[in-house]
Amino acid sequence: MCEDCGCSKVERNTAIETHQHKIEINRGILSQNDRLAAQNRNYFHSNELLVINLLSSPGSGKTALIERLQLEQELHKYDRGFNLGAIIGDLATDNDARRLQDRGIPAIQVTTGNACHLEAKMVARAANQLDLTSLDLLIIENVGNLVCPAAYDLGEDLRIVLLSVTEGEDKPLKYPPIFKSAQIVIINKIDLAKAVEFDLDRAIANVKQIVPQAAIFKTSAKTGRGIDSLLVYLSKIKTLTQINRN
Amino acid sequence: MHEISIMQHTLDLAIAQAQQNGATKIDCLTLKIGQLSGVIPEALEFAFEVLVRGTMAKNARLEIQTIPVVCYCQNCDRSFQPEEYIYDCPRCQQISIDLVTGRELELASVVVSS
Repeated sequence: MCEDCGCSKVERNTAIETHQHKIEINRGILSQNDRLAAQNRNYFHSNELLVINLLSSPGSGKTALIERLQLEQELHKYDRGFNLGAIIGDLATDNDARRLQDRGIPAIQVTTGNACHLEAKMVARAANQLDLTSLDLLIIENVGNLVCPAAYDLGEDLRIVLLSVTEGEDKPLKYPPIFKSAQIVIINKIDLAKAVEFDLDRAIANVKQIVPQAAIFKTSAKTGRGIDSLLVYLSKIKTLTQINRN
Repeated sequence: MHEISIMQHTLDLAIAQAQQNGATKIDCLTLKIGQLSGVIPEALEFAFEVLVRGTMAKNARLEIQTIPVVCYCQNCDRSFQPEEYIYDCPRCQQISIDLVTGRELELASVVVSS
């Protein structure tokens, strides 16, 4: 038995005596990210924001969806429309943020370099560059990836996972961890469903098997189909979260 | 490949704990990785080999404990281990959304020498 702590393991070296012992840690590897995410969440709540973490494969239409949300609001002049802002994650370029800025949406681009996901600290830095007091809906468009972003809490209220009809009906079965974390699943590019022989009923059945609690929306960011019901749903959620917080 | 950044966080946490305990080297790290964590153990092992170079964990062993998905069925008031990614209760077939384990991404312990 060793003299220092009473453990049984003692290794002897020729010159020095080595003392080996075990330290129990039992801590989340991402606990630092989780702490920063909790700070983000508090900060967003104090600004009365509804915050969405928008996740999908590359090219499913995340940016187009945000553009369309803004356009539909302008077209229909909703009485209680959202003042929309966005934080956009990509490995490189600020193309997406510029697209949104051209539509009049305050948007901050986060270029992650080689990182395949956004982390809470990147979101905190980007949020500081936005005037949050003038917004009531903040959409964080994550890096296009259905694997890595799943583990990182950003401080959002809701996760939306987007899949487009060109990706196939079995996407939720192929990427269960991320789909299981969603509160809303959107099937986008519905205008192309026929052309690519997308079986909508089967896709919805797959979503329901993997994530039965999620609300499902069918949209076309191109034509605007289904965007209205998504906006109505989001404004209900916003009212509900406001009530819960107060 | 977010396993590299996850392993970097793991090593940072382990090294900080080892140093606080006055250790000079880390001999073993034990991780608990849930089946639904979205992390691939093989990729973690690869990241580990690369990232330990030049650190006090350079000769350390990595032990990964895989934690299975366990769900709770409200209908039947019992837990079950689903076979696949569809979490239907083997007794009543209702799909559970109540995850008991499976999302773990934890540094359980380290063995250090001083």
